Amino acid sequence: MIRLWAWRAAAWALGVAPLLYGAKLILQSRLGANPVEFLEHYTGDWTLRLLLTTLSMTPLRMLTRLTEPIRVRRILGLWTFAFLCLHFSMYLVFDLSFSMTQLGEDLVKRTYITLGFTAWLLLLPLAITSTAGWQRRLKRRWITLHRFIYPAAVLGAIHYLWLVKADKREPLIYLSILLALLAFRLPWVRIMSSWRLRTSAE
Amino acid sequence: MLIKVAHPYPIRPSEITPETVYADRRRFLAQIGLATAGAALAGVGRAEPAADPNLAPLTVVRKSEMAGGENVTAYTDITHYNNFYEFGSAKEDPARNAGRLRTRPWSVVVDGECEAPGRIDIEELLKPQTLEERIYRHRCVEAWSMVAPWIGLPLADLLKRFRPTSKAKFVAFTTLYDPKQMPETARGVLDWPYREGLRIDEAMHPLAFLSVGLYGRVLPNQDGAPLRLTVPWKYGFKSIKSIVKIHFAERQPEATWNKLAPGEYGFYSNVNPLVDHPRWSQAQERRLGELFKRKTLMFNGYPEVASLYSGMDLRTSF
Repeated sequence: MIRLWAWRAAAWALGVAPLLYGAKLILQSRLGANPVEFLEHYTGDWTLRLLLTTLSMTPLRMLTRLTEPIRVRRILGLWTFAFLCLHFSMYLVFDLSFSMTQLGEDLVKRTYITLGFTAWLLLLPLAITSTAGWQRRLKRRWITLHRFIYPAAVLGAIHYLWLVKADKREPLIYLSILLALLAFRLPWVRIMSSWRLRTSAE
Repeated sequence: MLIKVAHPYPIRPSEITPETVYADRRRFLAQIGLATAGAALAGVGRAEPAADPNLAPLTVVRKSEMAGGENVTAYTDITHYNNFYEFGSAKEDPARNAGRLRTRPWSVVVDGECEAPGRIDIEELLKPQTLEERIYRHRCVEAWSMVAPWIGLPLADLLKRFRPTSKAKFVAFTTLYDPKQMPETARGVLDWPYREGLRIDEAMHPLAFLSVGLYGRVLPNQDGAPLRLTVPWKYGFKSIKSIVKIHFAERQPEATWNKLAPGEYGFYSNVNPLVDHPRWSQAQERRLGELFKRKTLMFNGYPEVASLYSGMDLRTSF
């Protein structure tokens, strides 16, 4: 029980700490020459980091056989969505000044915005149906629905890769971690690692 | 002979924000409860230091305000938000890493299609009788912009000394490439050395400028010391930094970004709100120090260069 509380506290800290740190930078005017761009990148980076953390909970469970990683997935997932919403609002407020016509134009013309927006759209129902009540009501379909996190993560990583001018190192790091985490979901990788766990336990 | 004097860069009616919009933005900010955060974001009340006192001061014969009366961008912003990939690809990298650059001794080789090829020493360019200050708008292809008080001399004045021949149709520029001073070049993000070019009539245009100073003193390294191009009607990457070579060429020279992604960065790269970058819009820009975007002006607000491109389709020759 204590162990579960520790895991929960850690998951909350992963969301709260970057939020507080961002607030601190704003209040101290330490956002550099282009504060809007800084915050857009900051919230975008943290969305991806939290998303990758969320996706690493299943592999972590498989490898450690602990159940706690699965039980903090929702907290991490919701913090991911919170940062994504902050990221999206920065763009809506400061880049578009709430112009819906311009949003429409961007969605049609700018592929990286189309990708990012689609990822948000895919994650929105997951955030809404994250409660125990929805989980009960949707039964098995809940699991199917929540697999949307995979395409959303891929879109998010490509969204980042697509807007970089020349130095693609960072977006490629995110993309490779994501691909590794997704590869873990392939049936044969799962079978192999659980087999190895079993043999090592014997 | 009728001598046409260029219009003294007034604020054009299209540049003036309508009062209703202007008044409304505060209400808008207050409504969404961002008034305080907004002030912090825009850096209101931030103490603004002048140029770095360790840099040598420069004397100029004349000062010209050529940015429609717009506010000059803060020195810290101009010097801590740079694209100078030889010192790293993040905006704050050059300010951190450009200290390794040795700007003295420094000379520029001038050769190619000209009658008097040679070498020019940087000290020769710093003579006060030839230096002037010009306040220009600067618009980056990434859709941010600033207004900077450059010190330097018209590019044409320097180029004419070498007497380009009729074969000189283009001017090619090269940045220093020294991995010892520029360790970040080892990562090979760009094809070094950085190269850029102008058509000869663009280079000879009175607005084309060679900068050796900023904010009353010599250029800080991260802004392209000791000598950089300043072509205010083109996207910033055309204004090549830390120049070591100028070459008069008969054919269009290679330009680094153009070669890397010809569909995204044209050879001309004139600021044009009507021609978008394939991945983002060029219709608007964010001025450093401002929160919301503003409209981008054709040729960055320098319509006097339009005649250079008459008869050209700026959508295909972007």
